[in-house]
Amino acid sequence: MKILVPVQFVPDLVEELVIDAGGDRLDPYSIRWKLNEFDEHAIEQAILLKEKYGGQVTVLAPDFEGVEDALYEAAAKGADRLVRMCADFYQGTNSHALARLFLSFVQQNKPDLVLAGVQAYSSLDGTVGCLLAGLLDWPYVGYVSCVKPGDQRVEVRKEYPGGLTAELEVQLPAVLGIQAAETPPRYVPISRVRQVMKTSKIEEFNGDLDLMGGLAPEHMFPPQVAARAAMLDGDVDQVADQLVAILREQGVL
Amino acid sequence: MNQEILVLVEHLRGQVADITYILLAQARLVAQASGGKVCALLAGHGAEGLSRDLAADQVLYVDHVALQEFNGEAYTRLIAAVIAERSPRLVLLGDTSVGADIASGLSARLELPLISCCRTIKAEGSQLTFSSQICGGKLMAEGPIPAQTTLVTMLPGGFRVEQGRSAHPPAVTRMEAPGLDGLRITLKQYIEPKGEDVDIARQPLLVGVGRGIQRQDNLEVAQELADALGGVLCATRPVVDQNWLPTSRLVGKSGKSVKPQVYLALGISGAPEHAEAITGSEMIIAVNTDPTAPIFNVARYGTTHDLLDLAPALADKVRQAKGG
Amino acid sequence: MAVVQSTSPMAADISEIGAEMAGDLHLRDCIQCGMCSGVCPLGFLMDYPPIRMIAALRSNTFQRVNASDTIWLCVACSACTSVCPSQIPLTRNLMTWTKEEHVLAGNIPEELQLALENSQRYGNPMGESPRKRTDWTRGIESMVPVMGRDTRQADVLWFVGDYASYHQRVQPATRTLALLLHRLGVNFAILGPEENSDGDSQRLSGERGLFEVLAEKNGRALKKYRFKEIMTTDPHTYNALKNEYPALGINYPVRHYTEFLAERLETIRPRLNRSLKARVTYHDPCYLGRVNGIYEQPRQLLQAIPGITLVEMPHNRKTSLCCGGGGGGMWLDGFQWEKAHVRLSEWRVREALSVGAEILAVACPYEASRFEDATKTVKNAEGLLVRDISELLSDAIDPLKGGEL
Repeated sequence: MKILVPVQFVPDLVEELVIDAGGDRLDPYSIRWKLNEFDEHAIEQAILLKEKYGGQVTVLAPDFEGVEDALYEAAAKGADRLVRMCADFYQGTNSHALARLFLSFVQQNKPDLVLAGVQAYSSLDGTVGCLLAGLLDWPYVGYVSCVKPGDQRVEVRKEYPGGLTAELEVQLPAVLGIQAAETPPRYVPISRVRQVMKTSKIEEFNGDLDLMGGLAPEHMFPPQVAARAAMLDGDVDQVADQLVAILREQGVL
Repeated sequence: MNQEILVLVEHLRGQVADITYILLAQARLVAQASGGKVCALLAGHGAEGLSRDLAADQVLYVDHVALQEFNGEAYTRLIAAVIAERSPRLVLLGDTSVGADIASGLSARLELPLISCCRTIKAEGSQLTFSSQICGGKLMAEGPIPAQTTLVTMLPGGFRVEQGRSAHPPAVTRMEAPGLDGLRITLKQYIEPKGEDVDIARQPLLVGVGRGIQRQDNLEVAQELADALGGVLCATRPVVDQNWLPTSRLVGKSGKSVKPQVYLALGISGAPEHAEAITGSEMIIAVNTDPTAPIFNVARYGTTHDLLDLAPALADKVRQAKGG
Repeated sequence: MAVVQSTSPMAADISEIGAEMAGDLHLRDCIQCGMCSGVCPLGFLMDYPPIRMIAALRSNTFQRVNASDTIWLCVACSACTSVCPSQIPLTRNLMTWTKEEHVLAGNIPEELQLALENSQRYGNPMGESPRKRTDWTRGIESMVPVMGRDTRQADVLWFVGDYASYHQRVQPATRTLALLLHRLGVNFAILGPEENSDGDSQRLSGERGLFEVLAEKNGRALKKYRFKEIMTTDPHTYNALKNEYPALGINYPVRHYTEFLAERLETIRPRLNRSLKARVTYHDPCYLGRVNGIYEQPRQLLQAIPGITLVEMPHNRKTSLCCGGGGGGMWLDGFQWEKAHVRLSEWRVREALSVGAEILAVACPYEASRFEDATKTVKNAEGLLVRDISELLSDAIDPLKGGEL
């Protein structure tokens, strides 16, 4: 089975988010980019499928700072093909644009199954996996936490609120939005990544960025707080005392 | 395009999801300002009764066996057909395991703009602006909604569930289902969460733990506090993902929403996926060493003491207060 | 000596490591006396303490060692190494290489995985932003020059370290030392955000590649500036710079701050004008004492403080009991607690109490928080104060009485 994992980069929230001078978007040069966590799960799920059932895994990543490290790490985990998608992303990007680029890759490379992270927290215009499925007219199931291949189909578990899951059968080719891999993304030691860097090649895939369909916010800003919490003063004991009084007043003590 | 606001009714196993009522409340606000109508789209099989308390001007009911349970492909075909026929101003869906499975696909197929993670829509006459919250709750984005049929997936928090409920059943119009043959997604079965001792959604006092608990053996400290208070332990996704607590204790977008009298959030950052599930609480008290954590925006009281110091101290004092 | 073959998909790597172990360990010198495993603080819980590991290597059954996860109980304290009559470098080689095999095979506790990923991504195991590495200097920036930002040279490059920079409990001690150095007129500077984790504990938890990446980054930063020596507050940094970095071409004279200050004791002594009446016991950090032989200078500093009575715990100097933080231990508390249900830090605190200590003096940033946590769980230990030597020195200086600030 040929599996494609198209990934995205999102701003690393460990750093402060810097809004650019125009006030309507993040400054892509000031942001530390990191691989979308759900895409890490998608990569892991793809590798698990390959290990259990065989197949080929391709990871397709847009050209952001750190893309090579991310691709080599995927190769060290077991990905077969590494592709860097080249376009001028720092001028602007959105989910629709990414989905279109992924679309042209899919049309050329014809995978059987596309695993995408179910969402990316920086997206304002929808989820890339579901957009891609729409463009391809392939079935899409999101919030997937388990994938088992069958005959021209896959069996998946979809998560609903409240801990309920559904077992679904999806005909291939299909796109799945991965919520969690069956086991958490594995650790790959740097020595393995360095080893892989010597033998792996990163292919380039050029595409035109078409930002149509994306949203143009008028401004972006940190949330203003209507009513912020009253912060309690004092050392641990004093705060604990205050909390006991508060809880008593609430009627729960 | 007219000014109709189309709202997708999300229901699972015979129950309408809370998000639906929130969408209806939002739709009502927009409709009032722009002179449009609120139309709820209910798809199912023998499910007409679910429309009875929807605060909508009209309910479009589509009955088909293929719609008995949620099916992304069937729903996509249905909504596409409804949009084609009715040209609504907005289509509101929940940013959920149901709504998010279909919204983007519709946007791609119909070439309609899509706004995700939306908290509120403001309406001034026919001028509509969206306000979305992204990046783990750390960034707001606002702007005009395009002047064409637009899809919006919404997060709860802008309205209360009661605002979308109606005392009087709305008018129901039956609609023919579009062709639903050859669906490529099939539901095999539901899997219930493992039988649990407590239903956290029914608890009056919850102690929630997040990443700040750091290690599994620190859970003891939170459990002790919960025990002292007579409450129940629950958690955010990172804790449950590591199997430190079962999924039935998950509070958040893909877990349960809770409305306790008191929610004590220990080491929880307050990202929207979790925050939106606890806003129904009467009182939220947050303990987090990071003073900029978004949880302090939804909490009534807060402290930046380390939960590992505060929880044991608080447990002691609570025991004294109860015993003495 | 036959090289062990493994059925794991990582066979190639394991054979390589196996060969290294076979060759370099002087295995044939092991007399199976068991001293290593007896002195190991958590040896009694390991499926394969060092003696059995060597026996497994000899009998071609090392796969069993790789299938067990108790290697992660090893805190790299080097007690085993220090007692081995054949002088086999057990910690540095046998234990570390076995951890490397585990990491290669993916058998690594999740909490450790996170610390390693953070180290790679952010240059520190806590996952804090590198830009915040100098936040501890807030308010005293003028006294703490940063290389690149404020100057390009100094007499002393102070390599601060991860925990001294970021950890809430250790930052006060770091600030105290900064003030002390300033008072003493030491011409120093720090690397600031260019400083990465020294990498030594990452190396000792089986991530040699990560260690090298971190070392290379530090090497590049150090090369940009001029200084005569490096001083560090962190014995792990000390060990890395002294014993491991030179093999990577990064070679500077380095001293621990206790060595550095002890040299200046005669200028410090007159400033110690406040009496601290207390029974103090000193905990020898593994990587300062046992591994690198520095025992007396910290004690000299403590004895210079008026009013202090210095007492020794039964395990002291070479036999000091590890706090449990080394070799990845800082990032394996959950795992080690699950396995052991005892904490090394609690044993040590009990020992301190047993000699009537009122203050437990430390000289390693790993220790303060570990011992303080232990004082909360050990019976009758609430009154035991844990203080870094720099903090005690500072406590003994009353700025109002003749000493300058």
